[in-house]
Formats: sequence, structure tokens, C-alpha cells
Amino acid sequence: MRDVAVVGVGVTDFGELWDKSLRTIWAEAALAALADAGVEKIDLITIGCMSPGLFVGQEHLASLLADELGMAGTAASRVESACASGGLALRTGFAEVASGLSDTVLVTGVEKMNDVDGADATYALGTAADQEWEGFHGITFPGLYAMLARAHMQRYGTTVEQFAAVAVKNHANGLLNPHAQYHLKLTVEAALQATMVADPLRLMDCSPVTDGAAALVLTTVEKAEKMAGNRPIVKISGSGLATDTISLANRDDLTELKAVRVAGERAYAMAGKKAEDLDVVEVHDCFTIAEIMATEALGLFGPGEGGKAAEDGLTAINGKIPVNTSGGLKSKGHPVGATGVAQAAEIVTQLRGEAGDRQVAGAKTGLAQNMGGSGGSSIVHILEVAS
Amino acid sequence: MSVGIVGYGAFIPRRRIKLEEIAKVWGADAPSYKRGLQLHEKSVPGADEDTVTMSVEATRNAFARSGGIDPVEVGALYVGSESHPYAVKPSGTIVAEAIGATPDIHIADFEFACKAGTESMFVAQSLVRAGEVKYAVGIGADTSQGAPGDALEYSAAAGAAAFIFGDDDERNLAEILATYSWTTDTPDFWRREYMHYPRHGSRFTGEPAYFRTSMNSAKGIMEKAGLKPSDFAHAIFHQPNGKFPMRVGKKLGFTHEQLETGWLSPWLGNTYSGASPIGLTAVLDIAKPGDLVLITSFGSGAGSDSFVLRVTDRIEQVRDLAARTRPQLDTNQIYVDYGTYAKLRGKIRMAE
Repeated sequence: MRDVAVVGVGVTDFGELWDKSLRTIWAEAALAALADAGVEKIDLITIGCMSPGLFVGQEHLASLLADELGMAGTAASRVESACASGGLALRTGFAEVASGLSDTVLVTGVEKMNDVDGADATYALGTAADQEWEGFHGITFPGLYAMLARAHMQRYGTTVEQFAAVAVKNHANGLLNPHAQYHLKLTVEAALQATMVADPLRLMDCSPVTDGAAALVLTTVEKAEKMAGNRPIVKISGSGLATDTISLANRDDLTELKAVRVAGERAYAMAGKKAEDLDVVEVHDCFTIAEIMATEALGLFGPGEGGKAAEDGLTAINGKIPVNTSGGLKSKGHPVGATGVAQAAEIVTQLRGEAGDRQVAGAKTGLAQNMGGSGGSSIVHILEVAS
Repeated sequence: MSVGIVGYGAFIPRRRIKLEEIAKVWGADAPSYKRGLQLHEKSVPGADEDTVTMSVEATRNAFARSGGIDPVEVGALYVGSESHPYAVKPSGTIVAEAIGATPDIHIADFEFACKAGTESMFVAQSLVRAGEVKYAVGIGADTSQGAPGDALEYSAAAGAAAFIFGDDDERNLAEILATYSWTTDTPDFWRREYMHYPRHGSRFTGEPAYFRTSMNSAKGIMEKAGLKPSDFAHAIFHQPNGKFPMRVGKKLGFTHEQLETGWLSPWLGNTYSGASPIGLTAVLDIAKPGDLVLITSFGSGAGSDSFVLRVTDRIEQVRDLAARTRPQLDTNQIYVDYGTYAKLRGKIRMAE
């Protein structure tokens, strides 16, 4: 396999982008990444998008978006793994470059979620659950994650104050990210008084509905070395993909996200790294409990210790292992198909030393963990500064 | 000579339903709704109250404050509402007959979501300004619809306000210094033919519709009139809930004190076409001669009418000639339970 580098990063503002369409925001991110890389010719476009059919009534995205970029004729493919679609687009691009099938790939993720109302958005997202075993019986994602939260609280004594600590930390980080959907200072008290969504999860435990797009340009490290200028070259040293049962009812254990653990193990093995080697991490905090469980599944903390770690400040930007410096899905926003790409974009930005006020000093190795549904799929990438 | 308001009146039904009572039925979390919408209760029309009866009551109050204008001198009467009792057949004709203003009169019903009331006012004062009629009446009234369980059900309320316009220095109680409208096609809220309840674009109704339109309208009229927020004693905005009018006012640079008198929605709800006009009646009830007043409506679809008014000395002689607005809101309430509310609002399917 060839070594693969990320040479371009582009992220749109995340939020309620009423006056822009899916293709507009996608092209904005794609052009930004191409400009950042200084690349014009690409061999392939990969697109992570969960449900353009339900959110904007448009399928056949790969051709549509290649054309939007003035690149009709270029190979393009859309991949889908629910909210992990962006991570899957990255893994697809990584595999293409590593294998020699493509030399340069534009990896993108996009979702335009605000063109439908809340009920339709909830329905569209709900299709990532097991419809026959979950969705048809009325449960939606806040309810599924509430069950995971309850199980975690029962076994480990995790508290709602610890959930709130995750939200407070991510909003504090989001204040430092100009692209974030929310720039608000959140307190633990306010989080604990927010509207109840699905007991024990309140509004401030939930990520929002977001429009946004993100893009990366991947090429070989060999090519990257010729174009790097003064910037550090960031390479993808590990990629892990794993699945689990979609339905919670079929799982042996509700207190562990097995797909995250296995995807992490695969990525660590490929990269030859351990959790202790990481300087900065982005995890899939679609709900605060998801961040706690992901940090445990990735081995950053022991089982049941993720909540306390967040409460003790270990995951803050200046903590032992900074988690979600971008603001995470909670504050930055969660355009589902874009999220996995945006997470990797944050890690690349950190490893390049270009994260501004939220920069983790001296970050050399990072990890991005993306997840589909309530842990039915997960994709983990490890990135590091090429020596 | 200057065109202005020569009589004003409001009507608010006595019945109320508390937000908790609605939330209880739908299993919703009342405290978070109260906090989110800043609503406590809303008015409910009785079995014998509709857009026409409320318009008549409000118009009678306006005539009581008009210094004896004979209704036959009214050359135009317009009713703005999105709950006209008939789909085909005007509301205005019934109102005009009831006050004795027919048949030498031009009548029309207006509809533009929640700004139909200021629309009727806008056209009425324009005809006076053009010299086409001596007096003209503009009315905003609604028995607002909100689908059961929808967020709108917590706000959709009933009420009316009526204004008589004239070019009559003897009777002028607030002269109109400027008017301005800001309108685009922004489909944030709609009800198609044969639909019982309106639909809305959820959060799209906020920033891209209400806030953008209201802000541009208010900024536009202040620029046209050469005025700034601190020049006004009072400002009134459309009130789809308790939160929006305060937020838009403060974004424009108005203070809580400038906004609070016309801010009725926390206890009245959203009276749709009646909302900002009723707010104006509450302001006229207490305004001092010389006060500058800004009123900026909002109607989904979307547009906003703004007026700058200067209150005259006559206000002090007429405000107590009819029922003031705030006492109608704050006293004599009859609280109903959800069952009674459902009956009164026609939400119960009856034998056919």
C-alpha cells in the first residue's frame, strides 16, 4: 500500500443555511479544499451523504455534484453509512490512493437538513435505525441514546452532570471555531435545566440539525512532499471500519459501543499506535452519552470512566487528551453526511498547527471517530504528521 | 391638515386558556414551552364571537373615541383577517351594516397572514390621503387557527383592533408621519383552500421570515423618516409569541421600556391580524402628546407594514371614552379547560 496524505482542507460554515442549496454548499467546501491543496486535476470524487433523497428530494448525487464542480466526466461515487457516511467517503478515498487505483481524490461530505421541517428531519434520520425492530415501533434516536445512557448510568454510576460537562466543554470549544453553528457559552446549570427530550437526555445533550459540507484532498505522500511548501505533511496512518447490530435489542451489552472499539482496534493496528500516543481526538458526540461511550471504546479511558474524565476536565483543550476541539457535533453542528469529513478536517488542521485559538500545542498524532446510527457502524482514522 | 388616526378601539374576548392546560393534554413540558415561547395564556373566542363580531366591537370603540363622527361619513372600510367566517362573502359588509356605514362606502376584506390588519390600515389611510374619502376604517381581527398539538396551538388567539383615519385636525389623535412596506415571496406559513389549519416551515418562520422582514421594514421606515430607535417613546412589533417581538426590538436597538407597553402576547397570545394593531391600541391608551410611535407588523408569505405616528394633545380627551385595552386583557377573564376550548374552537367532530 502507498502512504496517503491529506493535502487540502475545506469546510463551510455550519448552521441553518436557508439561502444555499446542497450543491452550493458542497461546491463551496470542494473548491476550498482544492484551493487549499493547490490541486486542479483529480481522479475521483467521493461523496458521503446520508439521505439527500429524504432531505432535499435529490438522488444521483455523484454525477450531479461532479457536474456542479465543472468536472462532469470525472469518476465520482456517493457512499452511505448513515451518519458515518463522511467517514466512509474518507476511507474509500484512502483505499483508492493507497491501492494505486487513484492518485488524487477529492473526499467530500455534505448534508442539507433544514429544507424539511423537524418532523421530516426526524423521520429521515430515523431511517438509520432498524426500521422493523425499532423505527416502526415509534422510537427515534434521542430515545435510543437515552436507553444507552440509562444502561451506562445504571452500571457505572454515570451522572447527568457528567453529560452536561461534555456539552459545556464542547460549546466552549465551539466558541473558538468560526465555522461552528453555535457560539454560545453554556453552563452546567443551564444544560441541566434545558428542555427534556428523552429522559435522561435534555436538549443540551443533543446535537442539532445542520446544513454543511466539508472536503479533503488526498494524494500520495510522495506527491505531497513535492507540493508541501512549509506546511507539515499529514498522513493517514490507520483506517478502521466495523459494524455492529443496528438494533439495540440484538446487542449483548448496551454499555459499550462495540463497533467503535473494533474500528478503533483496526485503525490502531494499521497505524501501529495506541490510545496513549494520541494528542487530539474528534469523536462522534451526536449525544453527550455518545462522546462518553466513544472515549471509552477507543481506550482513552477505562469502561465507565468516560463521564468522570469529562467532568474532571481531562478532555478539554488543555486536558490530558483533548476531545472535540472543533466543538464536536454538539456545538459545531451535525450535517450528518459531512460530519466524518469535517472531523478529519479538524484533525488535519490541528496537526498542521493551523487551529488558531483552539490549537492543541505540539499535536503530532490525532484520531477521528465517526459513527452511524446508535453504533451500528463506526469508522476510525488515525492521522499523523509525516516524519 | 394632516392625515392621522381619529378614533381607535380594541376588543379582546374574556375567555382564556392557560398554556399548562394545553400542554397537559399533549403531554408536553409546560415549563420549557413557557420559557421557549414566553407565553402564559391566550384568549379564546366564545361561541358567539368571530372575526365579524370582534371587528364590530372594536369599531364601535373606535367611534366612541372619534368625537362624534357619523358612520355615514365613512367612505371605506376594510377588514384584515385570516379567519374570515366565509370563504366567499365579505366580512366587511356585515361590519359596515352593524355600524350604520352602508351603502355609500367601499368595502373589502384583506388577507395576508398576520399583516392583513395593518394592510387594511395602510390602504384606508392612503384613500384619505388621496382625498378619495373623508374617513376610512381599517380593522385587524382574527380567531386564529392552530392545529391541535402543533406549536401554534399554544399561541393562536382571538382579538380585534379598529382605527378610523381622517384628514381632520379637530379629531386627529395621532398623525401619520411615514409609512413603509417591505415585502418578498418567502413562503414560511400557509393554508391552502380546504385546509382547516395552517402549516408552517418550522424554524424557517424565524430568521429568514419574521426577523429579516421585520428588521428591514423597521429600518426602512426609520431611514425614510430620518429617525432612530431612541427617538421613539414606543415601538410595537408583530407578536407570534412572547419572545420574538422583544428580540427583534432589541436587535434594532429599542429598550425593554420602549417595547413593553405594546407587548401583549405573553398574556394574549398571537391574535394574528390583530396582533400589532391591538398592541398599538394599548400604546395609545397611555401615550403622551408628542410621543413618537413605531408600529411594524409582519405577515407570513412575507411582508411587513410600518407606520410612524406622532401622538397629539387630543389623545388625553378620548382614551377613556371606550374600554382601554390592558384592562380588557387583565380583568374579567373566564378560564376554560381544554375540553371547553376544543368545543369553542370547533375542534370536536360533531354528528353530521
